[in-house]
Amino acid sequence: MSAEQGVVIAANGINKIFNPGTDEEVIALQDINLDVRGGEFISLVGPSGCGKSTLMRLVGDLLQPTSGDLLVNGKSPQDARLDRDYGMVFQAATLYDWRSVTKNVQLPLEVMGYAKAERQKRAGEMLEMVELEAFAEHYPWQLSGGMQQRVSIARALAFDPSILLMDEPFGALDEFTRERMNLELLRIWEQTGKTVVFVTHSISEAIFLSNRIVVMSPRPGRITKIVRNDLPYPRDFKTRSDPAYHNLVSEVRELLRDAVGSGAPGSVQAPSRPHEE
Amino acid sequence: MALVNEKGPSLAQRVNRRLRYYSPTIAVALGVIILWEVIVLLFNIQQFLLPKPSAIFSEFMLQVNLWLRPGESSILFEAAGATFWEAFGGFVIGCGSGVLMALITSRWTIISEATMPFAIAANSVPIIAFAPIMNNWFGITNPASKMAIVAIIVFFPTMINTVRGLTLVDAGQLELMHSYAAKPARIMFSLRIPNALPFIFSALRVASALSLIGAVVAEFFGGPRATLGVYITQEAGAFDFAKAWTAILMASLIGIGFYLAVLVLERRLMPWHASFREVG
Repeated sequence: MSAEQGVVIAANGINKIFNPGTDEEVIALQDINLDVRGGEFISLVGPSGCGKSTLMRLVGDLLQPTSGDLLVNGKSPQDARLDRDYGMVFQAATLYDWRSVTKNVQLPLEVMGYAKAERQKRAGEMLEMVELEAFAEHYPWQLSGGMQQRVSIARALAFDPSILLMDEPFGALDEFTRERMNLELLRIWEQTGKTVVFVTHSISEAIFLSNRIVVMSPRPGRITKIVRNDLPYPRDFKTRSDPAYHNLVSEVRELLRDAVGSGAPGSVQAPSRPHEE
Repeated sequence: MALVNEKGPSLAQRVNRRLRYYSPTIAVALGVIILWEVIVLLFNIQQFLLPKPSAIFSEFMLQVNLWLRPGESSILFEAAGATFWEAFGGFVIGCGSGVLMALITSRWTIISEATMPFAIAANSVPIIAFAPIMNNWFGITNPASKMAIVAIIVFFPTMINTVRGLTLVDAGQLELMHSYAAKPARIMFSLRIPNALPFIFSALRVASALSLIGAVVAEFFGGPRATLGVYITQEAGAFDFAKAWTAILMASLIGIGFYLAVLVLERRLMPWHASFREVG
Protein backbone atom coordinates (compact mmCIF):
# COMPACT_ATOMS: atom_id res chain seq x y z
CA MET A 1 0.00 0.00 0.00
CA SER A 2 1.25 3.48 -0.76
CA ALA A 3 2.58 5.49 2.13
CA GLU A 4 -0.11 7.65 3.68
CA GLN A 5 0.77 11.29 4.13
CA GLY A 6 -1.12 14.08 5.84
CA VAL A 7 -4.68 15.15 5.13
CA VAL A 8 -4.98 16.60 1.60
CA ILE A 9 -8.74 17.10 1.46
CA ALA A 10 -10.48 18.33 4.60
CA ALA A 11 -14.25 18.89 4.51
CA ASN A 12 -15.96 20.21 7.63
CA GLY A 13 -19.70 20.76 7.89
CA ILE A 14 -20.22 21.17 4.16
CA ASN A 15 -23.72 22.05 2.95
CA LYS A 16 -24.73 22.54 -0.64
CA ILE A 17 -28.18 23.86 -1.51
CA PHE A 18 -29.22 24.35 -5.14
CA ASN A 19 -31.65 27.21 -5.95
CA PRO A 20 -31.92 28.32 -2.31
CA GLY A 21 -35.08 30.19 -1.40
CA THR A 22 -37.03 29.07 -4.49
CA ASP A 23 -39.59 26.35 -5.20
CA GLU A 24 -36.86 24.26 -6.76
CA GLU A 25 -34.68 24.33 -3.66
CA VAL A 26 -32.72 21.08 -3.31
CA ILE A 27 -30.49 20.19 -0.40
CA ALA A 28 -27.79 18.35 -2.32
CA LEU A 29 -25.40 17.86 0.58
CA GLN A 30 -25.94 18.17 4.32
CA ASP A 31 -23.26 18.35 6.98
CA ILE A 32 -20.47 16.53 5.13
CA ASN A 33 -17.36 15.77 7.18
CA LEU A 34 -14.58 13.95 5.42
CA ASP A 35 -10.78 13.81 5.57
CA VAL A 36 -8.86 12.30 2.68
CA ARG A 37 -5.21 11.44 3.24
CA GLY A 38 -2.45 11.84 0.70
CA GLY A 39 -2.04 8.83 -1.56
CA GLU A 40 -5.41 7.43 -0.53
CA PHE A 41 -7.86 5.87 -3.00
CA ILE A 42 -11.31 6.87 -1.82
CA SER A 43 -14.64 6.09 -3.48
CA LEU A 44 -17.93 7.94 -3.15
CA VAL A 45 -20.77 5.48 -3.68
CA GLY A 46 -24.53 5.83 -3.48
CA PRO A 47 -27.75 5.98 -5.49
CA SER A 48 -28.44 8.84 -7.87
CA GLY A 49 -29.29 12.03 -6.06
CA CYS A 50 -27.07 11.26 -3.06
CA GLY A 51 -24.73 14.12 -3.97
CA LYS A 52 -21.60 12.06 -4.66
CA SER A 53 -20.84 13.92 -7.89
CA THR A 54 -21.70 17.22 -6.24
CA LEU A 55 -19.20 16.52 -3.48
CA MET A 56 -16.49 15.72 -6.02
CA ARG A 57 -17.31 18.88 -7.93
CA LEU A 58 -17.05 20.96 -4.75
CA VAL A 59 -13.58 19.54 -4.14
CA GLY A 60 -12.61 20.32 -7.76
CA ASP A 61 -13.94 23.91 -7.59
CA LEU A 62 -16.50 23.23 -10.32
CA LEU A 63 -19.13 24.19 -7.71
CA GLN A 64 -18.95 26.25 -4.51
CA PRO A 65 -20.37 25.07 -1.17
CA THR A 66 -23.27 27.00 0.37
CA SER A 67 -21.60 26.76 3.77
CA GLY A 68 -18.86 24.85 5.56
CA ASP A 69 -15.08 24.66 5.33
CA LEU A 70 -13.30 22.88 2.53
CA LEU A 71 -9.51 22.82 2.30
CA VAL A 72 -7.44 21.10 -0.38
CA ASN A 73 -3.70 20.86 0.20
CA GLY A 74 -4.27 23.48 2.91
CA LYS A 75 -5.77 25.93 0.39
CA SER A 76 -9.23 26.85 -0.84
CA PRO A 77 -10.40 24.63 -3.73
CA GLN A 78 -10.09 27.66 -6.00
CA ASP A 79 -6.45 28.21 -5.12
CA ALA A 80 -5.81 24.50 -5.51
CA ARG A 81 -7.35 24.64 -8.97
CA LEU A 82 -5.31 27.70 -9.93
CA ASP A 83 -2.21 25.82 -8.70
CA ARG A 84 -3.25 22.96 -11.02
CA ASP A 85 -3.59 20.41 -8.25
CA TYR A 86 -6.42 18.51 -9.99
CA GLY A 87 -6.52 16.02 -12.80
CA MET A 88 -10.11 15.34 -13.84
CA VAL A 89 -11.70 12.39 -15.61
CA PHE A 90 -15.40 12.41 -16.44
CA GLN A 91 -17.84 9.70 -17.50
CA ALA A 92 -17.53 10.90 -21.10
CA ALA A 93 -13.92 10.86 -22.25
CA THR A 94 -14.36 14.52 -23.39
CA LEU A 95 -11.48 14.23 -25.84
CA TYR A 96 -11.14 17.02 -28.37
CA ASP A 97 -12.20 15.46 -31.69
CA TRP A 98 -9.87 17.66 -33.72
CA ARG A 99 -6.77 16.58 -31.84
CA SER A 100 -4.85 13.34 -32.26
CA VAL A 101 -4.37 11.15 -29.19
CA THR A 102 -0.95 12.60 -28.37
CA LYS A 103 -2.21 16.16 -28.93
CA ASN A 104 -5.09 15.48 -26.54
CA VAL A 105 -2.66 14.35 -23.86
CA GLN A 106 -0.56 17.45 -24.53
CA LEU A 107 -3.55 19.82 -24.20
CA PRO A 108 -3.11 20.64 -20.48
CA LEU A 109 0.63 21.01 -21.04
CA GLU A 110 0.01 23.50 -23.86
CA VAL A 111 -2.36 25.48 -21.66
CA MET A 112 0.22 25.48 -18.89
CA GLY A 113 3.00 26.68 -21.17
CA TYR A 114 5.30 23.65 -21.25
CA ALA A 115 7.98 23.66 -23.97
CA LYS A 116 7.30 21.48 -27.00
CA ALA A 117 10.03 18.92 -26.29
CA GLU A 118 8.81 18.49 -22.71
CA ARG A 119 5.22 18.12 -23.92
CA GLN A 120 6.14 15.38 -26.34
CA LYS A 121 8.27 13.58 -23.79
CA ARG A 122 5.53 13.59 -21.17
CA ALA A 123 2.79 12.61 -23.61
CA GLY A 124 4.96 9.69 -24.69
CA GLU A 125 5.44 8.57 -21.09
CA MET A 126 1.76 8.90 -20.28
CA LEU A 127 0.67 6.97 -23.37
CA GLU A 128 3.16 4.27 -22.49
CA MET A 129 1.65 4.11 -19.02
CA VAL A 130 -1.86 3.54 -20.39
CA GLU A 131 -0.39 1.25 -23.07
CA LEU A 132 -1.54 3.31 -26.02
CA GLU A 133 1.81 4.48 -27.41
CA ALA A 134 0.99 2.76 -30.71
CA PHE A 135 -2.09 4.97 -31.10
CA ALA A 136 -0.45 8.36 -30.54
CA GLU A 137 -1.30 9.67 -34.01
CA HIS A 138 -4.83 8.24 -34.14
CA TYR A 139 -7.89 10.43 -33.72
CA PRO A 140 -10.40 9.84 -30.89
CA TRP A 141 -13.12 8.45 -33.20
CA GLN A 142 -10.74 5.67 -34.22
CA LEU A 143 -10.57 4.35 -30.63
CA SER A 144 -12.95 2.19 -28.62
CA GLY A 145 -14.68 3.64 -25.54
CA GLY A 146 -12.21 2.01 -23.16
CA MET A 147 -9.23 3.29 -25.11
CA GLN A 148 -10.69 6.80 -25.19
CA GLN A 149 -11.09 6.71 -21.42
CA ARG A 150 -7.45 5.61 -21.04
CA VAL A 151 -6.40 8.63 -23.13
CA SER A 152 -8.51 10.78 -20.83
CA ILE A 153 -6.64 9.34 -17.80
CA ALA A 154 -3.28 9.92 -19.48
CA ARG A 155 -4.33 13.52 -20.15
CA ALA A 156 -5.39 14.02 -16.52
CA LEU A 157 -2.01 12.79 -15.26
CA ALA A 158 0.16 14.52 -17.88
CA PHE A 159 0.83 17.61 -15.77
CA ASP A 160 1.43 15.58 -12.60
CA PRO A 161 -1.43 16.92 -10.43
CA SER A 162 -1.46 15.72 -6.83
CA ILE A 163 -5.16 14.77 -6.84
CA LEU A 164 -7.09 12.74 -9.40
CA LEU A 165 -10.86 13.39 -9.44
CA MET A 166 -12.80 10.74 -11.33
CA ASP A 167 -16.56 11.06 -11.89
CA GLU A 168 -17.94 7.63 -12.91
CA PRO A 169 -15.10 7.25 -15.41
CA PHE A 170 -16.02 3.69 -16.40
CA GLY A 171 -19.80 4.07 -16.12
CA ALA A 172 -20.32 3.96 -19.88
CA LEU A 173 -18.15 0.88 -20.47
CA ASP A 174 -19.21 -2.75 -20.65
CA GLU A 175 -18.53 -5.05 -17.69
CA PHE A 176 -15.43 -6.75 -19.15
CA THR A 177 -13.78 -3.51 -20.20
CA ARG A 178 -14.66 -1.98 -16.87
CA GLU A 179 -12.91 -4.76 -14.91
CA ARG A 180 -9.82 -4.44 -17.07
CA MET A 181 -9.85 -0.67 -16.58
CA ASN A 182 -10.12 -1.15 -12.81
CA LEU A 183 -6.95 -3.25 -12.80
CA GLU A 184 -5.19 -0.75 -14.98
CA LEU A 185 -6.25 2.18 -12.80
CA LEU A 186 -4.94 0.42 -9.67
CA ARG A 187 -1.62 -0.20 -11.41
CA ILE A 188 -1.37 3.48 -12.38
CA TRP A 189 -2.35 4.58 -8.88
CA GLU A 190 0.31 2.39 -7.27
CA GLN A 191 2.84 3.62 -9.82
CA THR A 192 2.10 7.34 -9.31
CA GLY A 193 0.98 7.53 -5.66
CA LYS A 194 -1.77 10.05 -6.47
CA THR A 195 -4.67 10.77 -4.16
CA VAL A 196 -7.78 9.53 -5.99
CA VAL A 197 -11.38 10.55 -5.36
CA PHE A 198 -13.52 8.15 -7.36
CA VAL A 199 -17.29 8.54 -7.86
CA THR A 200 -19.23 5.42 -8.83
CA HIS A 201 -22.61 3.76 -8.42
CA SER A 202 -21.04 0.31 -8.61
CA ILE A 203 -20.52 -1.23 -5.17
CA SER A 204 -18.11 -3.91 -6.38
CA GLU A 205 -16.01 -1.40 -8.30
CA ALA A 206 -15.78 0.90 -5.27
CA ILE A 207 -14.67 -1.93 -2.98
CA PHE A 208 -12.24 -3.46 -5.45
CA LEU A 209 -10.43 -0.16 -5.92
CA SER A 210 -10.51 1.75 -2.66
CA ASN A 211 -8.86 2.09 0.73
CA ARG A 212 -12.08 3.61 1.99
CA ILE A 213 -15.62 3.69 0.65
CA VAL A 214 -17.80 6.67 1.50
CA VAL A 215 -21.39 5.37 1.46
CA MET A 216 -23.88 8.17 0.79
CA SER A 217 -27.67 8.44 0.94
CA PRO A 218 -30.04 10.79 -0.89
CA ARG A 219 -32.53 13.52 0.05
CA PRO A 220 -30.67 15.22 1.55
CA GLY A 221 -27.25 13.95 0.46
CA ARG A 222 -25.38 12.72 3.51
CA ILE A 223 -22.58 10.38 4.42
CA THR A 224 -24.10 7.21 5.90
CA LYS A 225 -20.85 5.52 6.78
CA ILE A 226 -17.23 5.37 5.76
CA VAL A 227 -16.19 1.73 5.26
CA ARG A 228 -12.51 0.73 5.49
CA ASN A 229 -11.16 -1.84 3.08
CA ASP A 230 -7.88 -3.30 4.34
CA LEU A 231 -7.56 -5.95 1.62
CA PRO A 232 -3.92 -5.82 0.54
CA TYR A 233 -2.66 -4.31 -2.69
CA PRO A 234 -1.82 -5.21 -5.38
CA ARG A 235 -5.34 -6.47 -5.93
CA ASP A 236 -6.20 -8.64 -8.90
CA PHE A 237 -8.96 -10.98 -10.14
CA LYS A 238 -8.37 -13.25 -7.11
CA THR A 239 -9.38 -10.36 -4.83
CA ARG A 240 -12.91 -10.64 -6.19
CA SER A 241 -13.22 -14.20 -4.86
CA ASP A 242 -11.82 -13.36 -1.39
CA PRO A 243 -14.49 -13.86 1.34
CA ALA A 244 -13.44 -10.57 2.93
CA TYR A 245 -14.25 -8.83 -0.36
CA HIS A 246 -17.70 -10.40 -0.40
CA ASN A 247 -18.33 -9.42 3.20
CA LEU A 248 -17.54 -5.82 2.31
CA VAL A 249 -19.84 -5.94 -0.72
CA SER A 250 -22.66 -7.23 1.51
CA GLU A 251 -21.97 -4.62 4.16
CA VAL A 252 -22.08 -1.73 1.69
CA ARG A 253 -25.16 -3.14 -0.02
CA GLU A 254 -26.94 -3.34 3.37
CA LEU A 255 -25.95 0.24 4.15
CA LEU A 256 -27.28 1.47 0.82
CA ARG A 257 -30.52 -0.47 1.24
CA ASP A 258 -31.09 1.14 4.63
CA ALA A 259 -30.22 4.53 3.19
CA VAL A 260 -32.69 4.35 0.35
CA GLY A 261 -35.50 3.02 2.52
CA SER A 262 -37.40 -0.22 1.93
CA GLY A 263 -35.00 -1.28 -0.79
CA ALA A 264 -37.71 -1.48 -3.45
CA PRO A 265 -36.36 -0.16 -6.75
CA GLY A 266 -39.09 2.48 -7.06
CA SER A 267 -38.35 4.03 -3.69
CA VAL A 268 -35.15 5.60 -5.03
CA GLN A 269 -37.21 8.01 -7.08
CA ALA A 270 -40.02 8.56 -4.56
CA PRO A 271 -39.81 11.88 -2.72
CA SER A 272 -39.57 11.10 0.99
CA ARG A 273 -38.77 12.97 4.17
CA PRO A 274 -35.28 12.25 5.40
CA HIS A 275 -35.48 10.03 8.47
CA GLU A 276 -32.94 10.41 11.24
CA GLU A 277 -30.88 7.41 12.19
CA MET B 1 -12.07 -2.02 -31.43
CA ALA B 2 -13.02 0.27 -34.29
CA LEU B 3 -9.64 0.61 -35.89
CA VAL B 4 -8.98 1.80 -39.38
CA ASN B 5 -6.89 -0.30 -41.70
CA GLU B 6 -3.43 1.28 -41.51
CA LYS B 7 -2.68 0.99 -45.24
CA GLY B 8 -6.17 1.71 -46.58
CA PRO B 9 -7.60 0.52 -49.88
CA SER B 10 -5.53 0.70 -53.08
CA LEU B 11 -6.10 3.43 -55.67
CA ALA B 12 -7.87 1.03 -58.05
CA GLN B 13 -10.18 -0.07 -55.23
CA ARG B 14 -10.92 3.53 -54.32
CA VAL B 15 -11.71 4.55 -57.89
CA ASN B 16 -13.88 1.48 -58.27
CA ARG B 17 -15.75 2.28 -55.06
CA ARG B 18 -16.24 5.90 -56.11
CA LEU B 19 -17.61 4.84 -59.50
CA ARG B 20 -20.06 2.45 -57.91
CA TYR B 21 -21.05 5.15 -55.41
CA TYR B 22 -21.72 7.81 -58.06
CA SER B 23 -23.08 5.62 -60.87
CA PRO B 24 -26.77 5.99 -59.84
CA THR B 25 -26.35 9.80 -59.79
CA ILE B 26 -24.76 9.80 -63.26
CA ALA B 27 -27.48 7.49 -64.56
CA VAL B 28 -30.22 9.81 -63.28
CA ALA B 29 -28.55 12.87 -64.85
CA LEU B 30 -28.18 11.16 -68.24
CA GLY B 31 -31.74 9.84 -68.02
CA VAL B 32 -33.19 13.31 -67.40
CA ILE B 33 -31.24 14.83 -70.32
CA ILE B 34 -32.32 12.07 -72.73
CA LEU B 35 -35.94 12.32 -71.54
CA TRP B 36 -35.82 16.10 -72.06
CA GLU B 37 -34.50 15.70 -75.61
CA VAL B 38 -37.11 13.05 -76.45
CA ILE B 39 -40.01 15.10 -75.04
CA VAL B 40 -39.00 18.22 -76.98
CA LEU B 41 -38.78 16.18 -80.23
CA LEU B 42 -41.93 14.15 -79.58
CA PHE B 43 -44.22 17.05 -78.70
CA ASN B 44 -42.51 19.42 -81.13
CA ILE B 45 -41.93 22.05 -78.40
CA GLN B 46 -40.82 25.43 -79.79
CA GLN B 47 -37.24 26.47 -78.96
CA PHE B 48 -38.41 29.69 -77.23
CA LEU B 49 -40.36 27.57 -74.76
CA LEU B 50 -37.76 24.89 -74.15
CA PRO B 51 -34.69 24.28 -76.33
CA LYS B 52 -33.30 20.78 -76.78
CA PRO B 53 -30.34 19.87 -74.56
CA SER B 54 -28.38 19.13 -77.73
CA ALA B 55 -29.03 22.68 -79.00
CA ILE B 56 -27.90 24.18 -75.68
CA PHE B 57 -24.83 21.98 -75.71
CA SER B 58 -23.81 22.90 -79.27
CA GLU B 59 -24.27 26.62 -78.48
CA PHE B 60 -22.13 26.07 -75.41
CA MET B 61 -19.38 24.37 -77.43
CA LEU B 62 -19.51 27.24 -79.95
CA GLN B 63 -18.76 29.66 -77.10
CA VAL B 64 -15.98 27.41 -75.82
CA ASN B 65 -14.42 27.47 -79.31
CA LEU B 66 -14.67 31.24 -79.51
CA TRP B 67 -13.13 31.53 -76.09
CA LEU B 68 -10.20 29.24 -76.90
CA ARG B 69 -9.45 30.73 -80.35
CA PRO B 70 -6.81 33.45 -80.25
CA GLY B 71 -8.05 36.85 -81.41
CA GLU B 72 -11.70 35.92 -80.77
CA SER B 73 -13.66 36.51 -77.61
CA SER B 74 -16.69 34.86 -76.04
CA ILE B 75 -19.08 37.21 -74.32
CA LEU B 76 -20.46 34.22 -72.38
CA PHE B 77 -17.09 33.45 -70.84
CA GLU B 78 -16.44 37.13 -70.19
CA ALA B 79 -19.80 37.30 -68.42
CA ALA B 80 -19.03 34.17 -66.42
CA GLY B 81 -15.75 35.65 -65.23
CA ALA B 82 -17.35 38.94 -64.22
CA THR B 83 -20.20 37.27 -62.35
CA PHE B 84 -17.82 34.86 -60.64
CA TRP B 85 -15.73 37.73 -59.29
CA GLU B 86 -18.81 39.55 -58.02
CA ALA B 87 -19.97 36.40 -56.24
CA PHE B 88 -16.52 35.52 -54.93
CA GLY B 89 -15.74 39.06 -53.74
CA GLY B 90 -19.09 39.30 -51.96
CA PHE B 91 -18.56 35.83 -50.47
CA VAL B 92 -15.15 36.73 -49.05
CA ILE B 93 -16.28 40.10 -47.68
CA GLY B 94 -19.60 38.81 -46.29
CA CYS B 95 -18.35 35.56 -44.78
CA GLY B 96 -15.16 37.16 -43.48
CA SER B 97 -17.01 39.90 -41.66
CA GLY B 98 -19.66 37.40 -40.48
CA VAL B 99 -17.03 35.25 -38.78
CA LEU B 100 -15.28 38.34 -37.41
CA MET B 101 -18.51 39.77 -35.99
CA ALA B 102 -19.30 36.41 -34.38
CA LEU B 103 -15.86 36.28 -32.74
CA ILE B 104 -16.30 39.78 -31.36
CA THR B 105 -19.88 39.38 -30.15
CA SER B 106 -19.44 35.92 -28.63
CA ARG B 107 -16.56 37.21 -26.52
CA TRP B 108 -19.12 39.19 -24.56
CA THR B 109 -22.31 37.23 -23.91
CA ILE B 110 -24.31 40.42 -23.43
CA ILE B 111 -23.49 41.70 -26.91
CA SER B 112 -24.25 38.41 -28.64
CA GLU B 113 -27.53 38.05 -26.76
CA ALA B 114 -28.47 41.59 -27.76
CA THR B 115 -27.49 41.23 -31.43
CA MET B 116 -28.53 37.66 -32.24
CA PRO B 117 -32.31 38.37 -32.51
CA PHE B 118 -31.55 41.12 -35.03
CA ALA B 119 -29.22 38.87 -37.00
CA ILE B 120 -31.86 36.13 -37.12
CA ALA B 121 -34.53 38.66 -38.15
CA ALA B 122 -32.26 40.17 -40.81
CA ASN B 123 -31.56 36.67 -42.12
CA SER B 124 -35.21 36.29 -43.12
CA VAL B 125 -35.35 39.64 -44.97
CA PRO B 126 -35.20 39.27 -48.80
CA ILE B 127 -31.90 41.14 -49.16
CA ILE B 128 -32.13 40.95 -52.97
CA ALA B 129 -34.83 43.64 -52.76
CA PHE B 130 -32.03 46.08 -51.95
CA ALA B 131 -30.39 45.51 -55.35
CA PRO B 132 -31.78 48.73 -56.96
CA ILE B 133 -30.65 50.69 -53.89
CA MET B 134 -27.13 49.26 -54.19
CA ASN B 135 -27.13 50.14 -57.91
CA ASN B 136 -27.90 53.68 -56.82
CA TRP B 137 -25.18 53.74 -54.16
CA PHE B 138 -22.30 52.16 -56.04
CA GLY B 139 -23.29 52.68 -59.70
CA ILE B 140 -25.15 50.23 -61.90
CA THR B 141 -22.07 49.00 -63.82
CA ASN B 142 -19.79 48.93 -60.79
CA PRO B 143 -19.23 45.32 -59.60
CA ALA B 144 -19.24 46.68 -56.03
CA SER B 145 -23.05 47.07 -56.22
CA LYS B 146 -23.44 43.30 -56.80
CA MET B 147 -20.70 42.40 -54.30
CA ALA B 148 -22.51 44.43 -51.66
CA ILE B 149 -25.72 42.46 -52.19
CA VAL B 150 -23.87 39.14 -52.05
CA ALA B 151 -21.93 40.21 -48.95
CA ILE B 152 -25.10 41.17 -47.08
CA ILE B 153 -26.88 37.95 -48.11
CA VAL B 154 -24.07 35.67 -46.84
CA PHE B 155 -23.16 37.76 -43.79
CA PHE B 156 -26.09 36.80 -41.57
CA PRO B 157 -26.14 33.00 -41.94
CA THR B 158 -22.36 32.94 -41.47
CA MET B 159 -22.49 35.09 -38.35
CA ILE B 160 -25.40 33.16 -36.81
CA ASN B 161 -23.81 29.76 -37.40
CA THR B 162 -20.42 30.89 -36.13
CA VAL B 163 -21.91 32.27 -32.91
CA ARG B 164 -23.69 28.92 -32.43
CA GLY B 165 -20.46 27.01 -32.94
CA LEU B 166 -18.56 29.23 -30.53
CA THR B 167 -21.16 28.97 -27.79
CA LEU B 168 -22.48 25.38 -28.14
CA VAL B 169 -19.42 23.88 -26.47
CA ASP B 170 -19.53 20.61 -24.53
CA ALA B 171 -19.81 21.36 -20.79
CA GLY B 172 -17.23 18.71 -19.87
CA GLN B 173 -14.68 20.13 -22.30
CA LEU B 174 -15.20 23.58 -20.78
CA GLU B 175 -14.82 22.20 -17.24
CA LEU B 176 -11.59 20.58 -18.30
CA MET B 177 -10.24 23.96 -19.41
CA HIS B 178 -11.49 25.42 -16.12
CA SER B 179 -9.56 22.74 -14.21
CA TYR B 180 -6.39 23.73 -16.12
CA ALA B 181 -7.01 27.35 -15.02
CA ALA B 182 -7.01 28.32 -18.71
CA LYS B 183 -7.41 31.98 -19.69
CA PRO B 184 -10.38 33.05 -21.88
CA ALA B 185 -8.15 33.65 -24.91
CA ARG B 186 -6.78 30.11 -24.64
CA ILE B 187 -10.31 28.67 -24.36
CA MET B 188 -11.23 30.67 -27.47
CA PHE B 189 -8.36 29.38 -29.60
CA SER B 190 -8.03 25.83 -28.30
CA LEU B 191 -11.69 24.99 -27.77
CA ARG B 192 -14.30 27.42 -29.09
CA ILE B 193 -12.86 28.10 -32.55
CA PRO B 194 -12.10 24.44 -33.43
CA ASN B 195 -15.55 23.57 -32.08
CA ALA B 196 -17.09 26.21 -34.38
CA LEU B 197 -15.32 25.00 -37.56
CA PRO B 198 -18.01 22.49 -38.59
CA PHE B 199 -20.67 25.17 -38.01
CA ILE B 200 -18.69 27.73 -40.03
CA PHE B 201 -18.22 25.34 -42.93
CA SER B 202 -21.88 24.39 -43.08
CA ALA B 203 -22.56 28.15 -43.33
CA LEU B 204 -19.90 28.57 -46.03
CA ARG B 205 -21.44 25.76 -48.09
CA VAL B 206 -24.82 27.49 -48.00
CA ALA B 207 -23.13 30.85 -48.63
CA SER B 208 -21.29 29.55 -51.72
CA ALA B 209 -24.61 28.74 -53.38
CA LEU B 210 -26.28 31.92 -52.09
CA SER B 211 -23.48 34.14 -53.38
CA LEU B 212 -23.92 33.03 -56.98
CA ILE B 213 -27.72 33.31 -56.79
CA GLY B 214 -27.31 36.77 -55.25
CA ALA B 215 -24.93 37.95 -57.96
CA VAL B 216 -27.04 36.69 -60.91
CA VAL B 217 -30.34 37.97 -59.53
CA ALA B 218 -28.77 41.34 -58.62
CA GLU B 219 -27.66 41.59 -62.27
CA PHE B 220 -31.28 41.17 -63.39
CA PHE B 221 -31.75 44.68 -61.97
CA GLY B 222 -29.13 46.01 -64.37
CA GLY B 223 -25.39 45.84 -64.89
CA PRO B 224 -22.70 45.69 -67.58
CA ARG B 225 -23.47 43.64 -70.74
CA ALA B 226 -20.84 41.03 -69.91
CA THR B 227 -22.45 39.54 -66.80
CA LEU B 228 -24.53 36.36 -66.66
CA GLY B 229 -27.68 38.01 -65.28
CA VAL B 230 -27.74 40.69 -67.96
CA TYR B 231 -26.81 38.13 -70.66
CA ILE B 232 -29.74 35.91 -69.66
CA THR B 233 -32.29 38.76 -69.64
CA GLN B 234 -31.05 40.18 -72.97
CA GLU B 235 -30.87 36.87 -74.85
CA ALA B 236 -34.26 35.84 -73.50
CA GLY B 237 -35.63 39.22 -74.55
CA ALA B 238 -34.24 38.60 -78.07
CA PHE B 239 -35.87 35.13 -78.12
CA ASP B 240 -32.45 33.44 -78.39
CA PHE B 241 -33.24 30.88 -75.74
CA ALA B 242 -30.43 28.49 -76.49
CA LYS B 243 -28.04 31.32 -75.57
CA ALA B 244 -29.99 32.18 -72.42
CA TRP B 245 -29.84 28.53 -71.42
CA THR B 246 -26.08 28.32 -71.98
CA ALA B 247 -25.72 31.18 -69.50
CA ILE B 248 -27.90 29.30 -67.03
CA LEU B 249 -25.73 26.22 -67.59
CA MET B 250 -22.65 28.36 -67.01
CA ALA B 251 -24.07 29.77 -63.76
CA SER B 252 -24.84 26.22 -62.60
CA LEU B 253 -21.31 25.05 -63.37
CA ILE B 254 -19.78 27.95 -61.46
CA GLY B 255 -22.12 27.34 -58.54
CA ILE B 256 -21.24 23.65 -58.35
CA GLY B 257 -17.53 24.43 -58.72
CA PHE B 258 -17.73 26.99 -55.94
CA TYR B 259 -19.50 24.54 -53.65
CA LEU B 260 -16.94 21.81 -54.36
CA ALA B 261 -14.08 24.22 -53.64
CA VAL B 262 -15.55 24.94 -50.21
CA LEU B 263 -15.96 21.19 -49.65
CA VAL B 264 -12.30 20.54 -50.51
CA LEU B 265 -11.18 23.31 -48.14
CA GLU B 266 -13.39 21.82 -45.44
CA ARG B 267 -11.80 18.38 -45.80
CA ARG B 268 -8.38 19.95 -45.68
CA LEU B 269 -9.06 21.89 -42.50
CA MET B 270 -11.10 19.31 -40.61
CA PRO B 271 -9.96 15.83 -41.64
CA TRP B 272 -11.12 14.63 -38.23
CA HIS B 273 -14.76 15.49 -38.76
CA ALA B 274 -17.40 12.75 -38.53
CA SER B 275 -18.92 13.45 -41.93
CA PHE B 276 -15.71 12.46 -43.73
CA ARG B 277 -15.14 9.11 -42.08
CA GLU B 278 -14.97 6.35 -44.64
CA VAL B 279 -17.38 3.55 -43.89
CA GLY B 280 -16.51 -0.11 -44.40
